Amino acid sequence: MEARRREFLLKTAQGAALAACGGFIWSHLVRQEASAAVLALRPPGALPENDFAAQCIKCGQCANACPYDTLKMATAGSNMPIGTPYFEPRKVPCYMCQDIPCVPPCPTGALAKSLKDINKARMGLAVIDEENCLSWLGLRCEVCYRVCPVKGKAITVETHPRQISKHAMFVPLVHAEHCTGCGLCEQACPTQEAAIRVVNPKLVQGKIGEHYRLGWKREDQITQDFGAAPTPTEPADQAVAPKKAPGMDTLNQGIDF
Amino acid sequence: MGMSLSQLAEAAASELEKGWKWDKAVCRFCGTGCGIMCATKDGRIVATKGDPKAPVNKGLNCIKGYFNGKIMYGQDRLTQPLMRMTDGKFDKKGKFVPVTWEQAFDEMEKQFRKAYAEKGPSGVACFGSGQWTIHEGYAMNKLFKAGFRSNNIDPNARNCMASAVAAFYSVFGADEPAGNYDDIEYTDTMILWGANMAEMHPILWSRISDRRLSNKNVRIVNLSTFRNMSSDLADLEILFKPNTDLAIQNYIAREIIARDAVNKEFVEKHCVFATGPYDIGYGMRNTDKYAFPAEKDTQAKELKVKLDKYEAVAQRRAEGEVVEQKNTADPAKHWMISFDDFKKAVEPYTLDFVAELAKGDPDESLESFKGKLQQLVDYYIEKDRKVVSFWTMGFNQHQRGTWVNEQCYMNHLLLGKQSQPGNGAFSLTGQPSACGTAREVGTFCHRLPADTLIPNPKHRANAEAKWKLPAKTINPKIGSFYAKILRDLEDGSVKWAWVQVNNPWHTHPNTNHWLKAARENDNFIVVSEAYPGVSAKIADLILPSAMIFEKWGGFGNAKRRTQQWRQQVPPPGQARADIWQTLEFAKRFKVKDFWGTQNVPGLKAEGYEDNKLPSVLDEAVKMGYSPEDSLYKVLFATPANLKVKWPDPVAKGHDNHVATLLGDGWFPEKALWQEYVQFGRGKGKDLADFDVYHGDNIRGMKWPVVDGKEVAWRFNEQYDPYVKKGAGFEFYGDLFKAIPTGNLDGITDPKPVPLAGKAKIFYRPYAAPAEQPDANYDLWLCTGRVLEHWHSGTMTRRVPELHRAVPAAVMWMHPGDAQKRGLQRNDLVWVESRRGKVKVRVETGGRNKMVKGYVYVPFFDEGVLINRVTLDTTCPISKESDYKKCAVKVYKA
Repeated sequence: MEARRREFLLKTAQGAALAACGGFIWSHLVRQEASAAVLALRPPGALPENDFAAQCIKCGQCANACPYDTLKMATAGSNMPIGTPYFEPRKVPCYMCQDIPCVPPCPTGALAKSLKDINKARMGLAVIDEENCLSWLGLRCEVCYRVCPVKGKAITVETHPRQISKHAMFVPLVHAEHCTGCGLCEQACPTQEAAIRVVNPKLVQGKIGEHYRLGWKREDQITQDFGAAPTPTEPADQAVAPKKAPGMDTLNQGIDF
Repeated sequence: MGMSLSQLAEAAASELEKGWKWDKAVCRFCGTGCGIMCATKDGRIVATKGDPKAPVNKGLNCIKGYFNGKIMYGQDRLTQPLMRMTDGKFDKKGKFVPVTWEQAFDEMEKQFRKAYAEKGPSGVACFGSGQWTIHEGYAMNKLFKAGFRSNNIDPNARNCMASAVAAFYSVFGADEPAGNYDDIEYTDTMILWGANMAEMHPILWSRISDRRLSNKNVRIVNLSTFRNMSSDLADLEILFKPNTDLAIQNYIAREIIARDAVNKEFVEKHCVFATGPYDIGYGMRNTDKYAFPAEKDTQAKELKVKLDKYEAVAQRRAEGEVVEQKNTADPAKHWMISFDDFKKAVEPYTLDFVAELAKGDPDESLESFKGKLQQLVDYYIEKDRKVVSFWTMGFNQHQRGTWVNEQCYMNHLLLGKQSQPGNGAFSLTGQPSACGTAREVGTFCHRLPADTLIPNPKHRANAEAKWKLPAKTINPKIGSFYAKILRDLEDGSVKWAWVQVNNPWHTHPNTNHWLKAARENDNFIVVSEAYPGVSAKIADLILPSAMIFEKWGGFGNAKRRTQQWRQQVPPPGQARADIWQTLEFAKRFKVKDFWGTQNVPGLKAEGYEDNKLPSVLDEAVKMGYSPEDSLYKVLFATPANLKVKWPDPVAKGHDNHVATLLGDGWFPEKALWQEYVQFGRGKGKDLADFDVYHGDNIRGMKWPVVDGKEVAWRFNEQYDPYVKKGAGFEFYGDLFKAIPTGNLDGITDPKPVPLAGKAKIFYRPYAAPAEQPDANYDLWLCTGRVLEHWHSGTMTRRVPELHRAVPAAVMWMHPGDAQKRGLQRNDLVWVESRRGKVKVRVETGGRNKMVKGYVYVPFFDEGVLINRVTLDTTCPISKESDYKKCAVKVYKA
């Protein structure tokens, strides 16, 4: 078969397939965008991503209200639901206006009006690439620490011995408890590609098990009186043993020798 | 958003924590002895944290310790006695069926009586534990030695630190370290001999790391047979061949003398020189009757050893000479020698000789290795440099474990760097109460509490007096040590055994023998367990045990720190504390069952008819006992102990399921503690009263506790009130402190010379490993732990997070060795020795960097039961197994 004819047949087949499955592909794209949206940084006060996506009517009022043009509306191919507001801190961070002008215009509550203090906003969480952070390498940079609007809380600097020279290192550390995700640090980071970036905390944040507490962060006195002891869950003596008990099956598998 | 995420989290946390009650406790795992706090609610541990007030760990935990609160809650937790039955009756070949405690004890008693009637006190045995609480160990020790008149009780601690003990006895005459963990902050040099502290003592390692990082002059040396994580921080890494640590130590001694660095004043005032026989075998059986065909050649070394060129030099004999092992029966005997003899003995250990023998990495140059040995010596000798040597299983699990321990003291004593802050040889422990229970309580087959010994008539009389027993109740014959109990089960001389808080069939080397003996011989094995591990699988009867926070208890850590805790939560279902099981079992027997005449084959002791224990019943009646009295009444619920009442204000509302179930109004843990402490008081082993340890502001105390004060450094006048004023140092331990005189070849004057207050500097030669790689089995195998799992994994493998972190054992191997065999990382291989084989996956990267010719397989994984492969040689003196060296081959599965 000559090459040109083969190409023609192939394209025809693809066109037919697209026509037949168009609906499927479109919905697939939307789903892909929705799952990619977890990457998106939303305006202050945005509800958790699923609720936000459900309530945002893509009106653009928040972006209109933003005095810094921080907020943009997602376009096709931006990997986010089209028309939803987002921002890119490396380009324009959120300057954390004290009066939060972007929230009141929201007609649906996708941006929660209960947010009154911009320091309580949680747009994202800054994370540091320690390998490429100049401060972590020992250079005296700490730009992120100094530009942080919640300075000394969201980003602190710890001094560590550098080991390989007689200098100390001043390493920035981010504290999720205070970080608003504004992105001033990402915008200001002086490396070629930012070594500190704001991301959705869901992507990076771990959680210590419920069964453990940090001993040095809290004081729990030995409780003086436990009161009456709890009643045992089973009687002390059984008249008859049950038919089954935990571990039996494993035990009865035995072991080779 | 109304509330910030952190505020939400806080609110949720305080809601969650409503009604939580906190109390202090101790980490369940290693010998470091970290303090923790437990929060409980509705009979469950809901959280734990590192105790910020605990001096050992200051609020930190390792990743095992982080999961203390979860180990009790595995889905297959045993909560019901289980017995092998067919048609409602016990049947050795039957399947496990749930039974009541009453049924369990009935069969256990019946089988015990049968074994005892047939074999006497030697026919029953107990596998004890360095994870027993102090109280549990004390109760079982007393039941066996005073009640059953059997010394066949030995803890798994035998396989953990018996070599350390043997050397403490022979060098100082008293067990346990002189120093404490504060040595880390006082010293300039930390030398690790076969101790991968980065993984095995994680919290101590963070202290060591902090010391190193915050002080430029501090140096860390890691001596090992392969590169482990402790090398990451080390300034100097020395990779040596198995057993050549013996030669390296002698090289250091030789250099100390050659460089005129002996601390003459210290040595003259406080030390003598000593040595012992070399032909002591390898702790195997002296017959090949039970050996598999393939292992007969290794077993033959127990009788005769052909000296290699290095051993020959070290022993002043000819290469190739076949030496009959004549001193296997009394390997510990030793005698005094002169300094000149000692000097002559270490003379052959030159740098050239030792470097050629010891270099462990074939890819390292001899020159580089020599430079490292010289650097090591420089660190030891440098005049004002403080040095601490740490070791654990690399020294202790060693065919010459006692010797290599003694050698470490040898160098510290020669230099006078011992028993001072930041200076000393520091034997670490592996288990949480190897010191507190196994050693201090003396739950070994040759020991009694507080450094007293079974063969010593005065020590037996002392125990009989304290326990209010008729004279000659205690059997003077040393019982079977841990490995021997397993061998006894195999040859049929032990017919009944009880396992508490350990897992012998998983953890003892060469286990194919013991698995078969358990399942096919005529015997009855009782396993007290929390989870269905290997030993439970081979048992005839399984008793469900309460775990650590479900009972009152106490542990003693590696630096003499005793810590106690209260019962925090009730045990689940029918699970009960081991001490309750012991006391309940004692109720079933009467004094007359044991205190009449008993046959003890092999008993030979002054004042005893051969092979016989005398009847002490008449004497017992004179003392006011009736032959019909139960052992429970005579040994445990004594009139004095019944006065220690439960409930007790020290409980502060905590329960005690043991006291409640016994129901006769006494507080067993407290009463037995107060009875136990009488053994050590005034003897340098003083423990405080029970209530002291439960004080809100106490986080354990280092014994001896004299006038309410702990002793930080023993044998040093500045810190230890037991040292005579003006002595400076006094090694006041009184065991083996009168020895004959001789020379390097033997005893010349048998008259014992008293050596009160002195330590002994031993000469011990290099000895080659019993089994070495050859053309067929061409690799060394070493086994041990990983940070994430505890021992046989019965607890840590029930924590889903730890299981996810390290789901299975792997075999670490040099990439070159893998390539040579056509193997890739993750390939499934057989690792096979003369004794058995297991399947495991190959790992050529990761935490351990093996040298060529050497593989490492951890032992936690029941699915990779590496102890089918390992060799059951022991140090002939300490009887501790050597898990660190045997020959294997590896091929694709």
